[in-house]
Amino acid sequence: MSVTREKGDYWVTSSDVAAVLRWELRLEGLCRAEVCIPLAGHRDAVDGEALNLARLAELIGRPLAVSVEDQAAYLGPPFERFGATVGQLEAPDFSLPDLDGRMHRLSDHRGSKILLAAWASW
Amino acid sequence: MVISVAVDRADDAESWIARASPTHPSLIDENHVLGELYNMVNVPTVVWVDESGRIARPNDVAFTTEKGGRYARVSTEDQMAVFRGWVSGDRPSSSTDLLEEQVALPSVESQQARAHFGLGWWLYQQGHLDSAKTQFDIAGELAPDDFMIRRGTMRYFGSDPFGSEFVEMVNDWRAKGHHYYLPLPVE
Repeated sequence: MSVTREKGDYWVTSSDVAAVLRWELRLEGLCRAEVCIPLAGHRDAVDGEALNLARLAELIGRPLAVSVEDQAAYLGPPFERFGATVGQLEAPDFSLPDLDGRMHRLSDHRGSKILLAAWASW
Repeated sequence: MVISVAVDRADDAESWIARASPTHPSLIDENHVLGELYNMVNVPTVVWVDESGRIARPNDVAFTTEKGGRYARVSTEDQMAVFRGWVSGDRPSSSTDLLEEQVALPSVESQQARAHFGLGWWLYQQGHLDSAKTQFDIAGELAPDDFMIRRGTMRYFGSDPFGSEFVEMVNDWRAKGHHYYLPLPVE
């Protein structure tokens, strides 16, 4: 998404937000699938077709990191998502490569007891 | 079966994997996916997963040597005994109550720190080393317990994760009353 800087804040276009994050600006508010976040109390989040990036992140509940010099931002997964997964005690599935680039999923091995061992050279 | 995951750059993990020559899946997690999904903050971290994909024992610290165990203040022999018990079926998975007690949900700060790691790692890969370091430092301030970020990124900037800078980092952490490793009780 392209980010513009104005009045000390970062702004993205609502069309980019819809295309990349799948949150759309509608009459009801900021919507994704059946969920809509009303924007009545959040006037500072919208300016025409532009959305304030920091306020957007707050509204959709995702952590935001911004690098001014590099014009780059990173939105982490929703705060509530990982709380829920860990809380449900299911081992979260993942897909990671081996050194040959072949992808492996945890769920490929359902049916076996697994020792998942994270290590590092550090 | 064992699934080992190097939370590391492929280049840094490669020689270790070559030497070990594992017959189990040996994976590379450069993006710290496991940190994010399992709320892992250091290595080594082990998790037991049962046949239905449920956590049987949550994030724990385990070494394969007694020396490592001593550093983590846990008996490797005792850990291996309970592990073998679970594998053989003599020992059940941890109860739901115990799991709920022991599974640590990531705090808002931890998740925020991981967003800074995500940005920093992207910046690093783009060649913006200074900006990357800034992001990793912010992450470290937000989540000082996250050594996956604080120690895991040291080598990216030419620092030795086993050198004096790291020793200072751990001493400082311990001086504040924290543990570097917190193994689960072994019963």
